[in-house]
Amino acid sequence: MLVGMAIIEVNGVHKAYAGRTVVDGVSFAVDEGEIFGILGPNGAGKTTTVECVGGLRVPDAGTVRVAGLDPVADHDRVTRLLGAQLQESELQPKLTVAEALELYSAFYPDPADWRELAERLGLHTAYGTRFAKLSGGQKQRLSIALALVGNPRVVVLDELTTGLDPRARRDTWKLIEDVRDSGVTVLLVTHFMEEARQLCDRIAVIDKGKVVALDTPSGLIGRADNSTVISFTPSRPLADSELEQLPGAASVERKDDRIVISGTDETVNAVISLLARHSITAHRLRVSEATLDDAYLDLTEQAA
Amino acid sequence: MTTANPATATAVKTPAPASARRAVLRSETRLFLREPAGLFWIVVFPTALMTILGLIPSFRDPDDALGGRRVIDLYVPVAVLLAMIMSGLQAMPPILTGYRERGILRRMSTTPVRPSALLTAQIALHGAAALGSAALAMTVGRVAFGVELPGQPVGYALALLLSTASVLTLGALLCALTRTTKASAAISSVVNLVMMFTAGVWIPVQSMPDTLRNIVRFTPFGAASEALDRAASGSWPGLAQLGVMVLWTALVTFLAARLFRWE
Repeated sequence: MLVGMAIIEVNGVHKAYAGRTVVDGVSFAVDEGEIFGILGPNGAGKTTTVECVGGLRVPDAGTVRVAGLDPVADHDRVTRLLGAQLQESELQPKLTVAEALELYSAFYPDPADWRELAERLGLHTAYGTRFAKLSGGQKQRLSIALALVGNPRVVVLDELTTGLDPRARRDTWKLIEDVRDSGVTVLLVTHFMEEARQLCDRIAVIDKGKVVALDTPSGLIGRADNSTVISFTPSRPLADSELEQLPGAASVERKDDRIVISGTDETVNAVISLLARHSITAHRLRVSEATLDDAYLDLTEQAA
Repeated sequence: MTTANPATATAVKTPAPASARRAVLRSETRLFLREPAGLFWIVVFPTALMTILGLIPSFRDPDDALGGRRVIDLYVPVAVLLAMIMSGLQAMPPILTGYRERGILRRMSTTPVRPSALLTAQIALHGAAALGSAALAMTVGRVAFGVELPGQPVGYALALLLSTASVLTLGALLCALTRTTKASAAISSVVNLVMMFTAGVWIPVQSMPDTLRNIVRFTPFGAASEALDRAASGSWPGLAQLGVMVLWTALVTFLAARLFRWE
């Protein structure tokens, strides 16, 4: 993957609404050509952060740069290179799909072929359908198409796959990967773990207006407190004391005759040598890695 | 702070290409024509009302109380003003409020075209529809009821343009004052009734009792009604009437611009 210089720079951004702080010193940099995820619970400040990137909101403090430009002062230039799919933004109820795509492509100096885009998003069967008559999924796909129709260098997608069925979701992910592969930088807001893990090169986890972690998906998973869970049924009983002394073991639980140990990679090796020392056979030995869900829950809990 | 250096701010303010704004106007025109109810109230209703009144025989007889003129003569300017009110105050505010409420303006502000392009397209379309409807009322008045065309066409056109301007700015102010489409439609209907009254829809301004007439004269449509009436009968609209319209338009424009919120 081609990773270049930072195309989006967010530096110490603060934003409060009516005295309530929503974004509290958020900083991150997105490299050109990556898919950068912003993950966090509802009300964490994700949307406000990307709205500052898109120039829709003016930060109270801090700076935002998109390709070196200020999205507020250089609004016109930034809109030419940044496409946005916003939450809760509709179109004129009686505007048809084809009309909307044609209209929005007229806004840009070098637009994409909107018919090709519509076909990729499965919208070509609904050209004549008015916006008000579209299904939730179709509205969402149209919104994505409009974000991409200007051939942007950066695309901001807020809650990309909300309202899409599993197949449409997979197709959309594939489209976003293709978009990235064509050199476009993607800033993706989500609270959907699977989406973040599948798509993102890096993820910033935001909670209560602050960045609580910034890493690759696997890096984040590795940070989970108990990233590895080992479970087995020993052929002979094992003393709790021996298990608790295992390096990295965070907890030891017994479920009937099954032992479940949460720990790290180191714990796995120690369990194996312990079993070998005692010549115990481990029946149905399972080692499972923590998921992004676990990491996310740990990270957002710590901040609570 | 994010306050831009004024020099850089002006340097990068390249307006969206004219072709983009034309595309907005084209698409809004298409949408405008997809609203049969709106078109009915703006274009058909004022002339239809005038025609119905014109079919009452006594309204076609000269009346000494009106200085020898017929009721139908007074109703042509009323239909003209009704067209303005239907367009600028009844039809337009809920559309503009809806554009804001549904996030259509916000969506557009992430593109190189400013959302103001949508508002100006809508204002222009409603202004054009009002003037078209006014022309229809005058034509039907002339052809069906022999109502003379304005004796002072330039003065009439001036009064017409000023009343269009005041009704459109008033419509924009209503949109600035309301947050939801529902509220906008509700307030619009109340304001509508008042404006229709002052424009003389129920009693022509010329037939109102003196005290009432003196109050109504200071409202935008009372003034417009008198100005149109004078120009119709061949004299120039009075400075007082034009002044009242100009002042109202200026005041309302100022308030609308101050109070309008994009989100």
